[in-house]
Amino acid sequence: MTFAAMFFYLFATMMIGSAIMVIFARNPVHSVLFLILTFVNASGLFVLIGAEFLAMILLVVYVGAVAVLFLFVVMMLDIDIVKMREGFLNYMPIGLAIGAILLGEMVFVYGSWTIVPEAMKMIVSPTPTADSITNTQALGLLIYTKYIYFFQAAGMVLLVAMIGAIVLTLRHKPHVKRQNIADQVARTPKTAIEIKDVKPGQGL
Amino acid sequence: MTIGLGHYLTVAAILFTIGIFGIFLNRKNVIIILMSVELMLLAVNINLIAFSAFLNDMVGQVFALFVLTVAAAEAAIGLAILVTYFRNRGSIAVEDIKLMKG
Repeated sequence: MTFAAMFFYLFATMMIGSAIMVIFARNPVHSVLFLILTFVNASGLFVLIGAEFLAMILLVVYVGAVAVLFLFVVMMLDIDIVKMREGFLNYMPIGLAIGAILLGEMVFVYGSWTIVPEAMKMIVSPTPTADSITNTQALGLLIYTKYIYFFQAAGMVLLVAMIGAIVLTLRHKPHVKRQNIADQVARTPKTAIEIKDVKPGQGL
Repeated sequence: MTIGLGHYLTVAAILFTIGIFGIFLNRKNVIIILMSVELMLLAVNINLIAFSAFLNDMVGQVFALFVLTVAAAEAAIGLAILVTYFRNRGSIAVEDIKLMKG
């Protein structure tokens, strides 16, 4: 068994084991931590297969951002763990049945499936050899030229997601005093000063 | 023994099945359901990258990049909805979500 094969089996078993722990862990915080382990192992697989840039993106985006976001939300919400586990065993048979059916379908598809020789002629953008340019460079040459509109669309998706998340979670409490810059800028001497004509000996 | 396309596809298929299983198993906990969806998207990405590597075509990796983007956006929006829902109802049980304007 070669070195690469050994690492493939290490990463694959670790990934599947931690993925199982994600759905079986009692505490949601543990689930998130196992999710992080799953992603780290998946990025190891990506490095093995030669997609270094996506492996690093997986680490930065998933482990660095999405998993931490999950962790924040899990810790912020005060969840009753015991109540969440109710009916866990009731759903087990149907879940197992549907999982088994799906896995069986995939086994059937995989059993009767081959790559036709013509497929090799239909390659849209061949992967450059590893010693000429790096994976990151090859990906950059592709997404900034041929797939620039898709790249921009991905940016718009992220922008919309950001605005949506802010709009959904931002709340204005009624009794908190805030600075209203528009009001301050719109102030004129007319609205700010009131001149009272005080007559002597009478007061206001 | 060399690692071929079939090995990666098998791992991805198992991961996808675990994701489906997790959705059915944790019917009450929306956070775990969101995590299961992330697992399924990861399985799809493994498939795309494996095909990209073994068919020698870079486009698979470009597509995986876009799937990653959409997955990140989906997680952010899903968690934002979850936080808002928790503020309104004080629970995140899936069974209560059938109530409209709850």
